[in-house]
Amino acid sequence: MAREEFDRELSNLESDLVVMAGMVEDALLRSLKALKERDLEQSQRVIELDDRIDGREVKIELACVDLIRKEAPIASDLRRIITILQISSELERMGDYAEGIAKINLMMGSEPLLKELIDIPKMGDLSVKMLKTSINVFMERNSEKARLIASTIHELDNKVDRLHSLVVRELVNIVKKDSKTAESAIYLMWVSHNVERTADRATNILERAYYQITGESFHGSVELQKHATLDNV
Amino acid sequence: MSNLDIEISSQVSKENILKFDGISPILDIKNISVSYGNITALENVTFQVPEKNVIALIGPSGCGKSTLIRCINRMNDLIPSANVKGSVIFHGQNIYQENMDPTEIRYRIGMVFQKPNPFPKSIYDNIAFGPRVNGFNGDLDEIVEISLRRAALWEEVKDRLNNSGLSISGGQQQRLCIARALAVNPEVILMDEPASALDPISTQSIENLIKELSKDITIIIVTHNMQQAARISDYALVMMAGEERIGRLIEYGENKQVFDNPKDPRTEAYVTGRIG
Repeated sequence: MAREEFDRELSNLESDLVVMAGMVEDALLRSLKALKERDLEQSQRVIELDDRIDGREVKIELACVDLIRKEAPIASDLRRIITILQISSELERMGDYAEGIAKINLMMGSEPLLKELIDIPKMGDLSVKMLKTSINVFMERNSEKARLIASTIHELDNKVDRLHSLVVRELVNIVKKDSKTAESAIYLMWVSHNVERTADRATNILERAYYQITGESFHGSVELQKHATLDNV
Repeated sequence: MSNLDIEISSQVSKENILKFDGISPILDIKNISVSYGNITALENVTFQVPEKNVIALIGPSGCGKSTLIRCINRMNDLIPSANVKGSVIFHGQNIYQENMDPTEIRYRIGMVFQKPNPFPKSIYDNIAFGPRVNGFNGDLDEIVEISLRRAALWEEVKDRLNNSGLSISGGQQQRLCIARALAVNPEVILMDEPASALDPISTQSIENLIKELSKDITIIIVTHNMQQAARISDYALVMMAGEERIGRLIEYGENKQVFDNPKDPRTEAYVTGRIG
């Protein structure tokens, strides 16, 4: 069969990407759990995990360049490889955000949390859901599904943004009442910011997958299905 | 995507064939069909060629690319078994109508072949041959220099114009053949895999030349090199022959669309090397 070797190498690249996405999900959820439970050892492990995530990105990048050099891909093959490169970069940054949350936990040390974490874990769960869905869209290469999911992902991103605004407003109010809480509040604002950025990057991944599958720019597309939810596609 | 997923038929969807509304094409190919004896090689090929562009003609081996390109300047007339139906409208006239002189057509629609074929004459006489046959009475030296300059060959051969055209390298010979075609002021040049027999550097020089010439001349090039077609063409024409081995046009569009996001899955399969 023509291009068997190329297809195999491309498939390996995609598998590496899925593994990397799994590592990022794990890092994010663990970093938030560690923060909630004030588990400093767990946060240290998340920081070490980020080194492995970074290494995975380098491996994927080198493999993509190698494939381009050897195979001179064109059309959907080229879009696929470029998209893998872009997604691995997004995932690497998401790994950095999880590492950032872990470092904040370490910086806070034995200090108690300023308030119980309610909205931030919700943001984390939504971000992970968005990431899983975006990666699935990319892997399934289903243009219909990509179109259906597209607007839903943006709605979820908006939800995360709203939760982040709530968190910030709440923390600002706490600081207004007691200025000594400023440092602790800033730490939590950074955590919320990092989770919010993770959701943004999950949205980016969906947009890149959308382009790769359909050949259309996401923002230029006129066919957005607004009625699907993540549960029924 | 596997071979098993692509049905290699040659059904045509008219939606995948670009039309040029509002401009007058230099060539209007209409329902061209070609058979060699009882064997149909090409069926109902219709498309328009906009002036001063590079059109790449691509498709698997045996799909009728060379047959089609030979229709455009009546080179198939030289093949006794070839029977051509349809019309090729060039400046409002069908080149296949009875009063048309094929030789005159071939001056205006020149051709360069895969294997460089300079005449066994001097470099000078290779270029001067066409104008002389045409009864040109003016300054032949000027025509030779202009043609060789246009073919980016002048600086390399200006001091040895009396040397045989066969004494220069393969890449230079091919540029000599292009200069020979240019000497009679063509409006269209047909190129059948002009760089396939050349090394990478010579290939690059031919590609650069094609891009430069297309500012003044319409070029239609057959190529098996997808990257080359993607690099140099403005439009791409995709041919395919199904199991019945009859060549048909399945897609015709702008370079970016055909090579980045083809409309036809067979085009996608071909340009990505899944079928060939």
